[in-house]
Amino acid sequence: MKQSFPPIERVNDFVVKFANVNGSGSASANLLFAKSILRMGVPVAPRNIFPSNIQGLPTWFEVRINENGWRGRRGGVDLMVAMNPQTWDQDMKEIEPGGYLFYDSTKPLPASKFRDDITVIGMPLTEICNRQYSDARQRQLFKNIIYVGALSALLEIEPEAIAELIGELYKGKEALLKPNVQAMHMGRTYAQNELDWPLGIKVRRTSAVGEKIFIEGNSAAALGCVYGGATVAAWYPITPSSSLAEAFARHCRKFRTDVATGKARYAIVQAEDELASIGIVIGAGWNGARAFTCTSGPGISLMQEFIGLAYFAEIPAVIFDIQRGSPSTGMPTRTQQADIISCAYASHGDTKHVLIFPQDPKEAFEFAALSFDLADRLQTPIFVMMDLDIGMQDWLCEPLVWDDARRLDRGKVMTYAELEAGKDFGRYLDVDGDGIPYRTLPGTHPKRGSFFTRGSTKDPYARYTEDGATYVDNMQRLLRKLETSKQYLPKPVRRDAGTKTRFGAIYFGSTAPAMEETLAALAGQGIHVDTLRIRAFPFHDEIADFIASHEQVFVVEQNRDAQMRMLLVNELAIDAAKLVSILHFDGTPITARFILREIGEKLAMFNVMPLRKVAP
Amino acid sequence: MTYLAKPRLHHPELPKNKLGYTHRDYEGTVSTLCAGCGHDSISGAIIQAFFELDVQPHRVAKLSGIGCSSKTPTYFLGNSHGFNSVHGRMPSVLTGANLANRDLIYFGVSGDGDSASIGLGQFAHVIRRGVNMVYIVENNGVYGLTKGQFSATADKGSKAKRGAVNNEEPIDMVMLALQLGASFVARSFSGDKEQLVPLIRAAIAHQGAAFIDVISPCVAFNNHPGSTKSYDFVREHNDAVNRLDFMPTRTEITADYAPGTVQEVTQHDGSVLRLRKLHEDYDASDKIAAMTYLQQRQAAGEVVTGLLYVRPDADDLHQLLKTVDVPLNQLGEKELIPGAAALEKFNASLR
Repeated sequence: MKQSFPPIERVNDFVVKFANVNGSGSASANLLFAKSILRMGVPVAPRNIFPSNIQGLPTWFEVRINENGWRGRRGGVDLMVAMNPQTWDQDMKEIEPGGYLFYDSTKPLPASKFRDDITVIGMPLTEICNRQYSDARQRQLFKNIIYVGALSALLEIEPEAIAELIGELYKGKEALLKPNVQAMHMGRTYAQNELDWPLGIKVRRTSAVGEKIFIEGNSAAALGCVYGGATVAAWYPITPSSSLAEAFARHCRKFRTDVATGKARYAIVQAEDELASIGIVIGAGWNGARAFTCTSGPGISLMQEFIGLAYFAEIPAVIFDIQRGSPSTGMPTRTQQADIISCAYASHGDTKHVLIFPQDPKEAFEFAALSFDLADRLQTPIFVMMDLDIGMQDWLCEPLVWDDARRLDRGKVMTYAELEAGKDFGRYLDVDGDGIPYRTLPGTHPKRGSFFTRGSTKDPYARYTEDGATYVDNMQRLLRKLETSKQYLPKPVRRDAGTKTRFGAIYFGSTAPAMEETLAALAGQGIHVDTLRIRAFPFHDEIADFIASHEQVFVVEQNRDAQMRMLLVNELAIDAAKLVSILHFDGTPITARFILREIGEKLAMFNVMPLRKVAP
Repeated sequence: MTYLAKPRLHHPELPKNKLGYTHRDYEGTVSTLCAGCGHDSISGAIIQAFFELDVQPHRVAKLSGIGCSSKTPTYFLGNSHGFNSVHGRMPSVLTGANLANRDLIYFGVSGDGDSASIGLGQFAHVIRRGVNMVYIVENNGVYGLTKGQFSATADKGSKAKRGAVNNEEPIDMVMLALQLGASFVARSFSGDKEQLVPLIRAAIAHQGAAFIDVISPCVAFNNHPGSTKSYDFVREHNDAVNRLDFMPTRTEITADYAPGTVQEVTQHDGSVLRLRKLHEDYDASDKIAAMTYLQQRQAAGEVVTGLLYVRPDADDLHQLLKTVDVPLNQLGEKELIPGAAALEKFNASLR
């Protein structure tokens, strides 16, 4: 076939996408592919795009290979590994002009199924497998490893890196190790003998990975829970949060098993629903254990009543919200940042909650550990706002660090000695003027410090009351407490463009990598934008200052209704016209290309001319 | 209800228990329930049971949901921490509290609306998890605080105060508790303190999920002819299968019982339940027979009371989760945080 577009030529900067059938064992082979590139010192950003299904529906695995270390999704595909006939037409469209198609050519396809502006590489994978293996399951599984082997030749991935990973994966399982390595070499040899290689896109060994680690956000957050001293976890299975609870169990087995007795220094309950999950967390928090639940949007909806109780009765609780496509069941296996409002103002009545927004697995670890200090210090629910993109994808991050001198902040808990010494105890008494009262734990003192916890109105000594003035005082104190919370919350990260500019951009959470890449591209075009990454709610003063010091501020977020902007306008009493939304909410992670295009269009409206043309 | 505050003074010669506490030390604030409410009798029985057991009040955590019954923890054990949670969700809060500190006694109080309707799910799961607790349902067949609507335990055909007839099948909490694996199941009547106090004592001493369904007439909305939860109806139809003598430790049998009329059960903590059988064939260790008997008597319109089932060697949730002996809320940095070196190793495994 004569090609109408010059083939893409790039080293360590391209996107490979695998189109597979769910349940065919492709995920581990594809991850092997991604990791082998990492072993060559080249950063990758893989994304598993999976259906809400166990077997049969289409699934994709996208690997962005990028020596600069951009971790956001790029958009577009340079090499499509099309292994799923169901999605052939759709997959074909995604390939960039000049890109490559790798497919199973066992059955001939009509020319109309191809494009003339791409390079087509056919390999009779099924035929090779059928010849080589008699077992149906083996034919399927080894097909995946064979294409990884073939790709290693086409992209110049070192086979030693793949063999090393297979060795680690099947350590002690020789029966699996050898045939996998053989299958990889079989694919590689075939490609070297029968196909044109290498392609214009290639991997070349560098040292850009360095000490970085490759970790899923849910696993990192779960480890943060271990380091944050969490001992009680209650959860109900829901994608994309289940793997956080499962990772916590795994980390606890490793780090929290008493060596002498084999007993557990933690308790994990898979509850009957989200209501029970948060109830268990609140009960444990009330009784002085650090406790958390992890869930997603529908779970947050179910927990509303209890969240109000924890807010009003002032009970420490940590809630991880791994956000997904909403509303309702929405797109359960896609990503969004669409629970901002439902968490910030969760429950009936006047409520307001502390939210923290990690940008990647490293911050997920740090914020998870921090959240338990915050919950104890502030005696209120703390929401750790993650999303599917952070939670369920493997990210290349700086190594996790811990300071051994760090102590758990248990907040204001009155001790036996203090009670015995006759210190006045009023559960809701604002002794220090910061809105945070003291609490006692059940079982502390035989005669002093007991109180009745309730969701109904109470006076500073926790006695039931229906007195309006007492109620108002208490509600005002809760606001004071929220004001106090700011000093403990992660501050926003501001980054100013080298040159003075009228424009600012606000973003948060998993938008961070795409935003960083956008900024670099904008700078390259001579467009300057200051940025601010929000890391917590209630908002620090720096956020209002940032907005005040710019004429126009873009607010980039991954939901339809501009929820963060809504919160900014509402909480900071800002002229809404100042905040220009850039919204991405189709369930895929936001890309730098998308933000660039949006900003480009909007800047054009403000009569800003880029020095160079904005990339498509 | 009374508007009088409780006097602080009390008789200098009030009897004291082994800890030197008087009955008054186990009381709470004055009840705000209606005069004659069965729930107040249950609170009285709870006070007596804890007094007699020589339990330090602050070693008890009392938890409840929402409703008349759930208000009662304010009226007993004033030196205990209490938690009036949300409607129907006491079981989960209690479970969490129990996980945090296994050393306290967890005393859950709920009602038939709280446990059989909105909270049926949580009731079921706290029982099947084997949480070490006492779970009392103060069962009056109506919603009192919202003025007399039928609850899910109201018997089919029973009449409301204004004559409406309940057409829906009742939920039998005792049958559910048995089916779901509670290791201590009893039913009693708020008007029979002699039966109720030993049952509560035994339930407190029991390790595992102990459930007591206490029929507790609502004098305001469900104590009229045609009700099956009235004082008169329960007195007339009470079929007590046994009488329980609770002994913190084993003592010699001194009374002269006819052979086969006494059943003794030794619990985990060494306490002994001596059951004086009122029905010769009733065996409180045989769950299936108990369920059959309950269904037969219920069909005959009787209310079966007594210690209906006990399994003294059940594992509780902490045993199932294999948690350490030290309460989780008392573990410090050393026990909880793996430290920087372990983290560096973890990092290395992710390269």
